Amino acid sequence: MLNKLYQPKFCELSPFPGFQTLAAFHHTANAPTRRVPQPRNAPQPRASRSPTRRGAVPPAAVPQSTADPRPAAPEAREGTEQRSRGHAHGEAHHEAHLHSVEAAGLRLPVRAHGHGHLQRSAQPAFLSRQQVADLIGADPREIIFTSGATESNNMAIKGVARFYKSRKKHIITTQTEHKCVLDSCRSLEAEGFQITYLPVQKNGLIDLKELEAAFQPDTSLVSVMAVNNEIGVKQPIRDIGEICRARQVFFHTDAAQAVGKIPLDVNDLKIDLMSISGHKIYGPKGVGAIYVRRRPRVRLEPLQSGGGQERGLRSGTVPTPLAVGLGAACEVAQEEMEVGGSGANWPFFPFPSACTSASLEPSYVLRAIGADEDLAHSSIRFGIGRFTTEEEIDYTVQKCIQHVKRLREMSPLWEMVQDGIDLKSIKWSQH
Amino acid sequence: MAASSRAQVLRLYRALLRESQRFSGYNYRTYAIRRIRDAFRENKSIKDSEKIEELVNKAKENLEIIHRQVTIGQMYATQKLVIENPGNT
Repeated sequence: MLNKLYQPKFCELSPFPGFQTLAAFHHTANAPTRRVPQPRNAPQPRASRSPTRRGAVPPAAVPQSTADPRPAAPEAREGTEQRSRGHAHGEAHHEAHLHSVEAAGLRLPVRAHGHGHLQRSAQPAFLSRQQVADLIGADPREIIFTSGATESNNMAIKGVARFYKSRKKHIITTQTEHKCVLDSCRSLEAEGFQITYLPVQKNGLIDLKELEAAFQPDTSLVSVMAVNNEIGVKQPIRDIGEICRARQVFFHTDAAQAVGKIPLDVNDLKIDLMSISGHKIYGPKGVGAIYVRRRPRVRLEPLQSGGGQERGLRSGTVPTPLAVGLGAACEVAQEEMEVGGSGANWPFFPFPSACTSASLEPSYVLRAIGADEDLAHSSIRFGIGRFTTEEEIDYTVQKCIQHVKRLREMSPLWEMVQDGIDLKSIKWSQH
Repeated sequence: MAASSRAQVLRLYRALLRESQRFSGYNYRTYAIRRIRDAFRENKSIKDSEKIEELVNKAKENLEIIHRQVTIGQMYATQKLVIENPGNT
């Protein structure tokens, strides 16, 4: 039934990209190769540098193998685009990057010359970093691009836990976190960590007293999502930040659903790590970011080893078109927030299993807030976003009512409810 | 440059709305039209000429973005939503 109501893409529980970010994104994919006229005083190509990174940030503590056969790549500089193998290939990409930058409406003093070197501050990913940082009140050097919030969550939880594991082996989180957080915690348990999963009250919020009581001398991290993707509750992030800062424990928040919809300032809210999802703010799929505080410095063990990109915390070529899309999405989200909220009422009638479909299990989030089994099984979630129209909502509501009435008419259980029978008191005979 | 004349602003407004009508995607179309109306209404009493010029430039950029996306959208058009067909119950 639902498939007829909406085209398949609207059944996806994550919104499709806004056309502004598509603009940034498409241009990169479709840009023709174009010779950029060389300015007369083009900067000379930089001499090959030693592997030490520019900028004040030392790489994360990664144990260096003494038998590493490959020389450290000279391109492995902070914020540098990783160049692909062939020069021509690289050059076409850079033209495409220029297009994507132009399409995103950014004006840069780009100086590109034959070798495809772009001045670091003119690289698209640099601008995008700034855009993401501006949205959350961070410094651009604190933004690391990832493949999505799932990777960011994995990095935050496993990375921090493993880095400090010699002295700290305890993590606090909640029962209503996203699957990737819970699964990361579960895998840490197998490594010998101890995890406290805080229960939530009926309204979906954690109890701050319980949080305070859960702290141990060896707690390294608290992870609480800002806005829940299933039931839409906003956790008291400010209070949690205060509590964590007072005890000098790192505070990570999965802000995938919250970014761009509620104001989040990492310094104001005392957040140390934050996961950001591209497609949740109408950017492209396949990209996200993680905010990692520099003062006081949060250390984490990288999940992905390699050329040392992204401050050594997440090696791998930064996907420039996706990063540009994420940056553009963040900028648009900031504007929309200032104007008055992008679809202010987002959720939500809870869905049985949002990101874990294909199973008939009722949502663990609904169970955590104390909903009965039958209620959890029979819930449907409707997401409302920036592109939802009143007409669509009215239509959906009307259809819901119509079909519920129809089903109830067929239902013997409903008859019993109307006669005043409590369904829970029924003794079902065995078959 | 008689940049920020009232006539020019109105021309831009009409051009933006006209271009947005051509979106084949229902949600993009409705969002663009709604957003354009809201943005112009919100800024209608701005007097500072520098600010006006900035907004006019932003509007021109957005017009180009919409134009490109309309074109791409028409290349990859999908079927109409059930809500776009009148008299559907």
